[in-house]
Amino acid sequence: MANETGIGAAVKRKEDARFITGAGRYTDDIGAHGQTYAVFARSPHARAKLNGLDSGAALATEGVVAVFTGADLQADGIGDLPCGWTVHSKDGEPMVVPAHPPIAVDKVNYVGEPYAVVIGESLEAAKNGAEALEADFEELPAVVDLASAASADQIHENVPNNQTYDWELGDKAATDAAFAEAHHISTLEIVNNRLIPNAIEPRAALGEYDAASGLYTLHTTSQNPHLERLVLAAFVQIAPEARLRVISPDVGGGFGSKIFVYAEETAVIWAAGKLRRPVKWRAERSESFLADAHGRDHVTKAELALAEDGTFLGLRVKTLANMGAYLSTFASSVPTYLYGTLMAGQYKTPAIYVEVQSLFTNTAPVDAYRGAGRPEATYVLERIVETAAREMGIDPAELRRRNFIAPSDFPYETPVALTYDTGDYEASLAKALEHADYAGFGARKAASEAAGKKRGIGFSCYIEACGLAPSQVAISLGAGVGLFEVGEVRVDVTGSVTVVTGSHSHGQSHETTFAQIISDRLGVPFENVTVLHGDTGRSDYALGTYGSRSLAVGGSALIKATDKIIAKGKKIAAHMLEAEEEKVDFADGTFTVADSNQSLTFPEVAFAAYVPANYPLEELEPGLSEKAFYDPPNFTYPAGAHICEVEIDPATGVVDITSFVAVDDFGHVVNPMIVEGQVHGGLAQGIGQALLEHGVYDETGQLVSGSYMDYTMPRADDLPSFTVDTTVTPCTHNPLGVKGCGEAGAIGSTAAVMNAVTNALGVASVPMPATPETVWRAAQA
Amino acid sequence: MEISITVNGRSEALDVPDNALLADVLRERLGLTGTHVGCDTSQCGACVVHMDGAAVKSCTVLAGQANGAEVTTIEGIGDPDNLHPMQAAFRENHALQCGFCTPGMIMSAIDLVQKADGQLDEGDVRDGLEGNLCRCTGYHNIVKAVLAAQDDMKSA
Repeated sequence: MANETGIGAAVKRKEDARFITGAGRYTDDIGAHGQTYAVFARSPHARAKLNGLDSGAALATEGVVAVFTGADLQADGIGDLPCGWTVHSKDGEPMVVPAHPPIAVDKVNYVGEPYAVVIGESLEAAKNGAEALEADFEELPAVVDLASAASADQIHENVPNNQTYDWELGDKAATDAAFAEAHHISTLEIVNNRLIPNAIEPRAALGEYDAASGLYTLHTTSQNPHLERLVLAAFVQIAPEARLRVISPDVGGGFGSKIFVYAEETAVIWAAGKLRRPVKWRAERSESFLADAHGRDHVTKAELALAEDGTFLGLRVKTLANMGAYLSTFASSVPTYLYGTLMAGQYKTPAIYVEVQSLFTNTAPVDAYRGAGRPEATYVLERIVETAAREMGIDPAELRRRNFIAPSDFPYETPVALTYDTGDYEASLAKALEHADYAGFGARKAASEAAGKKRGIGFSCYIEACGLAPSQVAISLGAGVGLFEVGEVRVDVTGSVTVVTGSHSHGQSHETTFAQIISDRLGVPFENVTVLHGDTGRSDYALGTYGSRSLAVGGSALIKATDKIIAKGKKIAAHMLEAEEEKVDFADGTFTVADSNQSLTFPEVAFAAYVPANYPLEELEPGLSEKAFYDPPNFTYPAGAHICEVEIDPATGVVDITSFVAVDDFGHVVNPMIVEGQVHGGLAQGIGQALLEHGVYDETGQLVSGSYMDYTMPRADDLPSFTVDTTVTPCTHNPLGVKGCGEAGAIGSTAAVMNAVTNALGVASVPMPATPETVWRAAQA
Repeated sequence: MEISITVNGRSEALDVPDNALLADVLRERLGLTGTHVGCDTSQCGACVVHMDGAAVKSCTVLAGQANGAEVTTIEGIGDPDNLHPMQAAFRENHALQCGFCTPGMIMSAIDLVQKADGQLDEGDVRDGLEGNLCRCTGYHNIVKAVLAAQDDMKSA
């Protein structure tokens, strides 16, 4: 490590000073003079025709400023909310996309879908107005069950069989041939339960229109303000990008759910322009449950073909993915290019064939939630590998080892379209086994049995593709945007540094991590580096934060920019010191000339760039500020081994996680404290899926788990402390050698927990979440 | 209705609607936006403040109920140069990520430690904080921070 606040140091966070003192500034903390308040009228029905809407009483309500309907937005030329990734079906046809107006026009398709927005002088007035709306709904039978959705009533006029696409990946013939030769075939039918993201900060928006300049400003809870602006400008047609500024201030968690462009901020910014007044909206938690994009929700049948010695010969996966009622911003890509492509896992399975049929139902839209497709893939693969190990009587760790891609195999091209650059899967498994004291498991199990308890252990050796993404690969697969990132390093006159990054931080600690890499590279004191983000008015077009991409892609852009700074600094220093440029070196914040005692500090060179007295102006522009766009040549491939041990009380069905070990390979680590924190949080979400969380609709399409009273969030007393460690194989294709750590915990842990629970119970399968009732029933069988 | 409350040591006389919630009065009228609102069923704990020395969920307290009370919010327990031991422990142990649950979590944790009869262990802290949701940290570092802070608070 170059210095104690540089790369590799567990530096305390810059962000904390404001957050621990209550000085954070979230969207709902921001107000505008003369602001009005928006309240959305939301469908009480899962599927209905909207035959009429009488807003007379609402408009007559004291304090109501306006009522806007879907028709009002359409009449003003406001477009649909688009899906940004076009997936093609097996027959080559593009996915079928239903219309998705921000505010419903003549039909509603899920409970919570907005059908009007009421603007009031106060929140209370707007609420009263919304209650006074008289909507004439004609209820229709709802399509709720995913497994039968393809043969149920057609939800959208242009979408037969409620199917947006029927996608495939891999070599079907080769996979069939592998199964024909198999010594053993393991089969698994599993459901990946629907989750509701539940960032603790509810979504919010404040829209403002400045009549003097024609400029719109939207403060909102977005993980990617530039993407929000692009969609609102180019698709929704609010205003050209140059007249629309989107600011994401402090954002209280996202986990994917704040990537997407939603109805609410769309209506708020449009209404601000119509009314010439600021419009404010903040979701109540019940609205978050109803109208944030949900996650997961797959039904899958998987088969694994094995040779007699346990070698994997082939894998066949057939999945139904629930899209909900409409295609959310990136919904189509989640169960395809972020799912099927991961089915090789850490193994040399030579033949893989994946089919995914994505269907509409009358439920909230489903899109990326922490891990996005990769937790679903890991759950399928690691459950079926464990199943095969049990059926064949091979130790589950040993079966994995026999099939691992070896370090000497890299770069490794999988049968499902990815090329892994590096890894050492055996190393992370070995370290995890040691932490978990696998050798002592038998004795612990015996002790549990003596006490009338059931003990189990479960593994999950996951891989993920992160650092989204090589733009041309993504675009060739249907992405509507490039996936590079931009970073700007502005050296100030006196040598402090202002960094502007396109990566938004909503818990990930970029203000600290990015300051560390700048401090390390430029030798500038950590406290003299300020990182700015989250404002389209500050940074160039940027892609934002998701898919564990911020350091691998956003950080790499910053490294490229510092390279330019150093190169220019050398030219300046060479001129000032009257030396040849090739002889100027830069290290630890000092420019030196080889074979001499001449040197200049970084601030001296910066000052000369801005006060160019002794400066080669005829050859070099003044100033020391550089920007870089970084487009990754490949994905990164974090991987690791998670081992969960549980003890179950068969009398109550309560699952106690007695130990959870996560050993992850994220490549080089910039701040180990922050990385551990990211893993902890991911584990909690993965364990939450396995044991607690479940987004449930009843057969009429009403959300049963619509509050914290009904949806079981992991609480402090539900979780253990975790044992977290790392191994390191540096990423081979980015300048920091980093892979990304934001999603790993959520990707790996769910399968480990469920493997442990089924191991303890001695059953093949238990549905998620493994609640006490579910486990108790399984324990009685 | 007219109420007078002392907030972070300052007397405030306010005319508020009968149905005004303490959380909203703190945020909207007094500009104390460190107190957050994360749910509508009194479950998440982001809005926890101290009223007459005890932790309360300010989204479930009518402003009128706070008439005559002393209220302390996250803004009132310390500042960047003079942090409360619990604030310092949260920073030291990386017990926060997005920061949204943090004010309520810190206020609950202070109350938990102050009310503890003897030394809290990990299980006590986990049980004691089950009324505060955090989606980022998995609670691991929050528990560490509270255990560390109790030593600092007792020796302070």
